[in-house]
Parts: sequence; C-alpha cells; structure tokens
Amino acid sequence: MIARTVEEALAPITDGCVLAVPREASGVAMAATRALIRRGVKGLHLIALPTSSLQADLLIGAGCVETIETSAVSLGEFGPAPRFTAAVTSGAVRVKDATCPALHAAFQAAEKGVPFMPLRGLLGSDVLAHRKDWKVIGNPFHDDDPIVLLPAIRPDVALFHAPLADREGNVWIGRDRELATMAHAAAKTVVTVEKLHEGSLFDDHLLAAGALGGLYVETVAVAPKGAWPLALADHYGADAAHLREYARMAASVDGFAAYLDRHVYAQRAA
Amino acid sequence: MDLPLISIGTCMPNAPRDPLQPFRDEELLADVIARLIGDARHVAIGASSPIPAAAALLARERGGGRPYVSLLGSRQQNFFTDGGRELFDCAGQGRIDVFFLSGGQIDGEGNINLVGIGDYARPVVRFPGSFGSSYLYYVVPKVILFRLEHSPRTLVEKVDFVSAPGTSADNVYRPGGPVALITSRCLFTFDRARRRFELASVHPGHTVAEIIETTGFDFDHSPQVPVTRAPTAETLRTLRSIVAPQLVEVYPRFAAEVFGVAEVA
Repeated sequence: MIARTVEEALAPITDGCVLAVPREASGVAMAATRALIRRGVKGLHLIALPTSSLQADLLIGAGCVETIETSAVSLGEFGPAPRFTAAVTSGAVRVKDATCPALHAAFQAAEKGVPFMPLRGLLGSDVLAHRKDWKVIGNPFHDDDPIVLLPAIRPDVALFHAPLADREGNVWIGRDRELATMAHAAAKTVVTVEKLHEGSLFDDHLLAAGALGGLYVETVAVAPKGAWPLALADHYGADAAHLREYARMAASVDGFAAYLDRHVYAQRAA
Repeated sequence: MDLPLISIGTCMPNAPRDPLQPFRDEELLADVIARLIGDARHVAIGASSPIPAAAALLARERGGGRPYVSLLGSRQQNFFTDGGRELFDCAGQGRIDVFFLSGGQIDGEGNINLVGIGDYARPVVRFPGSFGSSYLYYVVPKVILFRLEHSPRTLVEKVDFVSAPGTSADNVYRPGGPVALITSRCLFTFDRARRRFELASVHPGHTVAEIIETTGFDFDHSPQVPVTRAPTAETLRTLRSIVAPQLVEVYPRFAAEVFGVAEVA
C-alpha cells in the first residue's frame, strides 16, 4: 500500500492504460509524471478532470499519450500549452474535446455505477457533433425536451498529489472533492503525498471530513513538493519562474528536449 | 500562421499609459463590466479572465459585499467545497447569474470558438479547448463575452468551430446566453431574438468607422453612438487599492503588469 518509492507506486500505470488526472488547482502529481516519462510509458489514454496544464503538455511532448480527453489544455497566464498545440496541429495526438461539466458528470456516473448521465447544454455545438459516443434523447418525463447523455468514464487508474496520507492508505484531500470522484470512478488510484500522517486520519473528525478512504487507494508514495513546479493549494505556490522557462523552452522541439534532459531525465528536483 | 490566444484575457499588449488618459484600458473595461453585472446575487469567473475578475470584485466592493463572487482557481475568493463540479451544478440550478466567456473567434450570431481554426481533425491553429462554455453559455442568464483583441481575425462572420452557439432552437433548454461583448475598442449588446449585436458605446479614443473597419461581422448601430464612460477617480482608487491585491492570488502576472502589485512573499 505505502510504496517505498514513487516509481514503485506507479506500477499500476501501464502502457496503453486509461489514466485520469486532475486540474491544476486540485493537486497534480508532477514528480510522478516525471517518473512516468523517465520510465517511458506509452500509448496513454489521458483523461483530464476537467482540464490540464503542464502535466498533459509534458506527457504529450514526451510521446507518452495517444489520446487525450479534456475540456482544455493551457498554461494559463503562461500562455498556450506548446507541445499540446504542436501535437494537435501535426496530428500526433488524438483529442476528444469535451466540456468541463461533461467530464465531471461522466465520472459521477462511474462512481454511482450507472451507465450514463444526462447533461444540459451542448445541443447545437460542434463539441457534441464530434462526439459520436455521446447521444441525444428526448426527456422521457417531458415532451419535446432533447437532452444529451454521456457514457460513464471508468478510468483504469486515477493519479493525483495530496497533502497527507496515513499508513492505512487513507488520503486527506480537503475540499478538492473531485479527487474523491476520480478515485471512486477509477479501478485503481495512485496517490503521492507531501508526508505521512502518524495515526489514522479517521481518529480526528476534522481530518476525517476531508479524507478519502483507503478502500479506493491502490498505492501511496511520499513525494515532498510532489506538485512542483505547480502549486499545492494551501501548501505552496507555483514556481512562476520555472513555468515561464518551460513555456519558453517548450516552444520548440529542441528546447523541449533540453527541458526534459535538464528537469526530467536528470532527476533533479524530481 | 501565428495566432496566439494568450491575449484572450490577459494584458493588452503594448498598452502604455496615455498621458492624456489617466487610466489603463483594463481599468476602463473592468468599470464597464462592473456596470453590466448590475444587481446580481452571484457572479462566477472562469479560467483566464483577469479583467472580469477585477470587474466582479469591483462590483462587490461597490455593493458592500454583494454579489457573491466565485473565482475559479482561487482559495480565498471561492466558497465551493464540493469540488470542481459544484460550480456547474450551481449554474445548472440557476444559482449563478453572471458568467464570462471569450473565444479565439466570436461571430456576429454570438457563436464562440475556443477549439481551433481550420479542419477539426487537423487544425491550422489549435486553441486550448472549450472549458465549460458548451454548458455555461446555455444555463447562465447573463453571459458577458470579452475579447480584448478586436480585429477581423477574432470577430469573424462565421466561427470555424462552435464551442457554444449564441442562440438555440426553441425546444432547447436555454435560460442563458450572451447579453454583451466587450473589446478593447467598444461595447456591443446582443439581441437574442434578432441574433445580432448592436454597438452600444465606443471607448474613448476610438471611432465608429474604425469599429466597422475592424469587425468581421455586420452589426447594428444608431447614428449617434455614445462614448463609453470613463472610470471615475473613486473607481480607479477602488480598483488599484482594494481590488488589485485580491487578484494577485490567481492572476499574479496581470496584477503586476496592470496595477504594479506584486505577490507578498
């Protein structure tokens, strides 16, 4: 349950698997992402709940991703995600464009164990037109009321970074409740944490309210500053200088390769 | 083809302070948007929207703590405790009155494109993606469109990809939609029944002829189009001293470049 290393914890993430990752604000497992790239994982079907930034851009640039399902990939204030953009325009990655609440709803369908979820909006958009796996039905409770149905998303593995876990594999996620939704929906969940909590998270009712039960968690590894260079909310901010450097370097293929050499393969700060 | 989307909601490129104009364009726009927000109970702001964020915080300051403001990505300006889905569930129930959307392209019928230019499978230009637009545009009553770059490549006759349509067929559940479009040059209002924009005001220093020249779609305008009201000294003081520090958490670069406010170490 508690792995000795990040690399060991990542064993459930195999080539070709359906991997779910959270948005930047919720705890992105960046140290684990660098470890996956070093291992050379291939053919991932990456699903962002509901958007991604540096994590998706790195994985795509490093050639680890075959398909990405997302509502957006962007570096936010640091600009467009350069490797994502280049891979889409060159056809190197397949995109299943979604919209944020559609991804939330499809994960919720999986956590409820139901086959689909209805969602408002979408009708008449090209997002819907390009999603042959989404259906439009008439509301069975009302006349002439079309509504979109989204099939459940049941990832093979969910991967995220959180502040704390205990030795029983319970993980403290605080108010980032989509991490619980991801874990409930995925067959297995891999978590990196800042540190281990001595005792059980469930012994303290304040911590228990923000905990995810170990039932859902396959492996946990300790990775201090494991979200770097992204922020871990309430713990540390993003490394703006580094992200600016990434945006600059990743603008070209050579620059991106140099970035990987320096910050991923060299294992520095990993 | 170089069409970066960076300027979608961040700072105006090359926008030095005009010595004859004692405010920046971002401040003018925030003031206009704050007035458009009007008497709302809850305003939410999505990704990459620093000027709408400034406007909502300005409106809250003027309203003595109302409307509620939910700033995506913020821990301080955000009361959601049920994960990312709560914002969308909240909107689906009609509990969000105002939201802001932009587009790599926006057309004359209010359709917005956040996905790309050219063929979908092999686009010439790829934008980040639709975010929540394909849903929020339908369910939030007052959606304010903003796009700083006002040019024929951003304001087009017809978008290449519809992330979300400006209007829908009568049988589509649609309590929401666009009410206005604000750019660096002017303010348009949107008439849902006529599916057209009307030029509501032209920002100081700009002209109707210039708006016609730089807009890729047809729009209505009266013979006498008013000039957008400049922000008062009181508004500028509120923006710079009270609003700007609250933007640092989510928009550090914007806060630094527009207001000169740096993150507190």
